[in-house]
Amino acid sequence: MAVPAIVTDKLNKTYGERAVVKGLTLQVEQGEVFGFLGPNGAGKTTSVKMLLGLTAPTSGSALLLGRPIGDLATRARIGFLPEHFRFQEWLTAREFLELHGELLGMESRNLRLRRDKLLEQLGLADFANAQLRTFSKGMLQRIGLAQALLNRPALVFLDEPTSGLDPVGRLLVRDIIHELREQGTCVFINSHLLSEIEATCDRTAFISHGEVVRVLDMASLDRGLSHVTLRAAGLTPEIAAGLAEWAENVSVDGDEAALIVHNEDCLPEITKYLVARQVRVYAITPKSVSLEEIFIETVGKDAGL
Amino acid sequence: MRNIWTLARMTYREALRRRIVLTALALGLCFLVVFSIGFHFIYGEFYISQDRTIYRIIRTEATNSLLLAGLYAVSFLSLAMGVLLGVDTLAGEIASGAIQTIASKPVRRAEIVLGKWLGFAVLLALYSMLMSGGTALSVFIQSGYVAPNLLVGIALIYLESLLMMTVSLAFSSAIPALAAGGMVFGLYGLAFIGGWIEQIGALLENRTAVKIGIVTSLIVPSEAVWRRAAFEMQSPLVGGLGVSPFGGASVPSAAMILYTIVYLVMALGVAIHSFQKRDI
Repeated sequence: MAVPAIVTDKLNKTYGERAVVKGLTLQVEQGEVFGFLGPNGAGKTTSVKMLLGLTAPTSGSALLLGRPIGDLATRARIGFLPEHFRFQEWLTAREFLELHGELLGMESRNLRLRRDKLLEQLGLADFANAQLRTFSKGMLQRIGLAQALLNRPALVFLDEPTSGLDPVGRLLVRDIIHELREQGTCVFINSHLLSEIEATCDRTAFISHGEVVRVLDMASLDRGLSHVTLRAAGLTPEIAAGLAEWAENVSVDGDEAALIVHNEDCLPEITKYLVARQVRVYAITPKSVSLEEIFIETVGKDAGL
Repeated sequence: MRNIWTLARMTYREALRRRIVLTALALGLCFLVVFSIGFHFIYGEFYISQDRTIYRIIRTEATNSLLLAGLYAVSFLSLAMGVLLGVDTLAGEIASGAIQTIASKPVRRAEIVLGKWLGFAVLLALYSMLMSGGTALSVFIQSGYVAPNLLVGIALIYLESLLMMTVSLAFSSAIPALAAGGMVFGLYGLAFIGGWIEQIGALLENRTAVKIGIVTSLIVPSEAVWRRAAFEMQSPLVGGLGVSPFGGASVPSAAMILYTIVYLVMALGVAIHSFQKRDI
């Protein structure tokens, strides 16, 4: 069993009185595409910066690829695209990749091959000798991605990789993430864009006010994650508690109950269970939920203010 | 070590690309031209009665003074260059976020600071060579005059610029560029006025004034290094008289130069330490 790509244990970051990240505890497996979803200011970037050793945690610990954060040898196996895509703009695209490759300790022949391949793949071959100051935001995103992928990393952090980009730029990121998944690379994506997460991630953590409030298996959305309303007579609290076998967040209000199921296939089972306990079922109505609804429900409407 | 070298090359390239070097070079050449023309006309005044020994002495003294005046300006330009280089580099890249891709690589924070320092140290060496060397060369070509201990003097002027660059780097690792620049020039002003208080105090034999000067030199030894440089290069006659506009009255000791070197190393240590502690 491979070591997890990321394990964090109660990571905290406070600036003065303000807690930016509170007790971040996560495990991300190798080869997984993991979304870190939250409104602006939720502590996503600070979390990533702590994992990369750019910002020191106030308390807590974390392992990347089995090694403590800050370990130099591990950093050579990690890629990172920071948000806003701000780089050494006086360098040409080619020099920029060479600089980062050298810092990664890449052997020069391998570096040249990777450099040219990535410039080609990201459509920057014609701009290889142009200084980054002349680049558009979309081009900066591409060269930033090339930089993050130079060393064929086992783990890649993308911080808001599509923020402020046009649809072409978004699609490019999506394609690259799919490719990385096929290669077995673990990708950790910070985003506030639901569509991005929905299209690419295997699992998603929802973060709000510095805390992970929920981790969602994205496959459950496809399988029919639903909000179910139940109208039935004779629903006792004991019987309702028994629904936990299939559902979560069960709440009962008189003859009505609301619950969340991860798979609509369990609805007949639920009906059978209720009928067997002499509950008279009038209606059982599933309503599939979108990531957006889950997001608002978990994070709250006032988040990000 | 390899990382330091890689980053030093990047820093050097940055200075070239951001036209810092070009601007400095253009203005430096302007300076040398103005100085050379000025020197030409002043020196010409002393040509009339060159057969008389007394005039020869006066001419030599005037040449020495002009050279020192030129080098005084050069020393300020060099240290200003050092401050401008040092002050923006870490602070600017932290503010823009450009440092993040570098600092997340298998690179120690200390290597980033040392790489930048080394790149700037090489640039300043070249700048010093051009400016101090050019000024001395212009004087030599026009008059055949070479100041005593010229190389020691030029090395000290370089040390002064290196010192201020390092101090700037230390501030730049902790506070924004503009604030850091304000701090460093403020400190330079303190050392400057302290130096003059010490000079005048020494002439008037006021020991309190001299002490004030020494204390400011300990806070920032930049002006003290210049006065030592001037002392090294002054003509023997002025040295004997003990009166010179460039500081013969109270000469910083060799210990002060040693102190400066220790100060510089400590400032580099502070730069590394505060950059290591910094959230970026």
